[in-house]
Amino acid sequence: MKIDSTRPKAQSQVIPVRADAAPTSPLAISGLTVSYGDSPALRDVSIGFHPGAMTAIIGPNGAGKSTLLKSALGIVAPLSGRVTCWGKPLARQRHRIAYVPQRAAIDWEFPARALDVVLMGMYRELGLLRRVRAPHLARAMSCLARVGMEDFADRQIGRLSGGQQQRVFLARALAQGADLYMLDEPLAGVDAATERAIIAVLKEIVAEGGTVIAVHHDLATVPGYFDRVFLMNVSAITEGPVATTFSRENLDLAYGGRLALDPAGAAGARDAH
Amino acid sequence: MAGVLRWTRPGRRVRVMLTEALFLQLGYNATLVTLGAGLLGIAAGVTGVFLVLGKRALVSDAVSHATLPGIGLAFILMVMAGGDGRALPGLLLGAAASAGLGLLCVSWLTRRTRLGEDAAIGAVLSVFFGAGVVLLTVIQTMSAGRQAGLETFLLGSTAGMLRSDALVIALAGALVLGLVLVLRRPMTLAAFDPDFAIAQGLDVRRTELAAMGLAMAITVIGLKIVGLILIVALLIIPPVAARFWSDRVDHVLALSGLFGGISGYGGAALSATAPGLPTGPLIVLLAFALFVLSLLAAPRRGVLATLLRRRRAIAPGAGR
Repeated sequence: MKIDSTRPKAQSQVIPVRADAAPTSPLAISGLTVSYGDSPALRDVSIGFHPGAMTAIIGPNGAGKSTLLKSALGIVAPLSGRVTCWGKPLARQRHRIAYVPQRAAIDWEFPARALDVVLMGMYRELGLLRRVRAPHLARAMSCLARVGMEDFADRQIGRLSGGQQQRVFLARALAQGADLYMLDEPLAGVDAATERAIIAVLKEIVAEGGTVIAVHHDLATVPGYFDRVFLMNVSAITEGPVATTFSRENLDLAYGGRLALDPAGAAGARDAH
Repeated sequence: MAGVLRWTRPGRRVRVMLTEALFLQLGYNATLVTLGAGLLGIAAGVTGVFLVLGKRALVSDAVSHATLPGIGLAFILMVMAGGDGRALPGLLLGAAASAGLGLLCVSWLTRRTRLGEDAAIGAVLSVFFGAGVVLLTVIQTMSAGRQAGLETFLLGSTAGMLRSDALVIALAGALVLGLVLVLRRPMTLAAFDPDFAIAQGLDVRRTELAAMGLAMAITVIGLKIVGLILIVALLIIPPVAARFWSDRVDHVLALSGLFGGISGYGGAALSATAPGLPTGPLIVLLAFALFVLSLLAAPRRGVLATLLRRRRAIAPGAGR
């Protein structure tokens, strides 16, 4: 299954994307290789994500989970590989994809209120010059309401708690009206109320026919929150329903047997962020 | 008593001249120059917002210092071609070319070597400025160069500015202002969350380049009035002052433009009241005064508001 990194990669090599994934998959990745400097971050990853499912991307620190999302979206340039969304090139499907990056890189002193952040999600329809009108504002407010943040619309983003900030970023993704949501550690460092609110919204999205892909670090909550799981560690390991794929053996493959035997220890192996 | 009266007289004359300058009664040329400086200030204030939000303020300092060799070379070329070496459009083109080269050097050093951006900025700034000073010294020894007055580009001067110069500055300033307003949405998005911006399909690299290019344009346009040493202040101080008053980019943009406009207009008017008053430093001092006012008096983010809040927090009910 895993491809030997020392073997030269032939152009004609057939990459094992599962047949059911190709045209219907909201995000199909084949042969994706990314490297930062000398060290590979992703090695020949191929994966087709299931439509209408909530999939967790699981793996140890430095497994390339964030890099997978970023390179799939063109934020990080891959060395090689192909990404299609619903069978078409990414560039023609961007309007159907919402991305929630990690909060770490944001300048919290930026002059923006929660409402302004949500309006940024409408950049594609507003373009350069179209004025923000009442319908846009109403939609932005309803997105804030969906994550329970409507009372904080006028609050500058730096004066929100970490959990509130994360909810605002989810509201910004909702404002895009996307079919595929890609989230990078949406539950990292948030309070319990926020975690419940975010998971509720994500489950709503899936119930309405959308697809959710989230980098996740808390192994203990995987079965409760997600339908499917994608295990990776620089290379792809396996993907499947949580019930069958989220197993001791597969986790050992991903984490290299570094997980302690008890479930509490498994949760302790989460990425520190 | 008589002595006191005699001492107040020059003061009154200055005051009358200042009133005349502020209300544009010093003649057509001075009026045009003052209006041009005001427009430049507005454009600089608005452009500077994205420089500050994108954390590129220091890069623009390197860029402004990198204009000097371009000015010198443009002068020499124009004289050798038999023209007037002091023609402002030619000098500004030369300035823009070497500023662009300086910007390329900074980004190349940052991306291709192990030098950090701060070190790259320091190196480029001093090397280009040094080369410019050497060129100016050479020009001083040329027969055509004695009256060139290129040193006014260091600190800016409106004295003896041509009507056409003021028009060039005003038109270019208006053009940059228009472009910044058109591009404000993508530039905000790219500065706030570049990864998200790329995911939305925005070409972040090109957007950042546009923001930098517009700031470079302001630097070049402002050379004559503010001077290359201080132009960075007109780009940075108004946005920082405006930030005290609002949490919204649109409002910060408007206020920053207002502050920049007041500084440019007021500084140019002030310097017109007496010969030899340097325009650039006066503009920057006015901008700084607005900054201090904002720092102290702004509601919520200002120092006074913070002190009041803290006192109320310590003694609840005392402030009521």
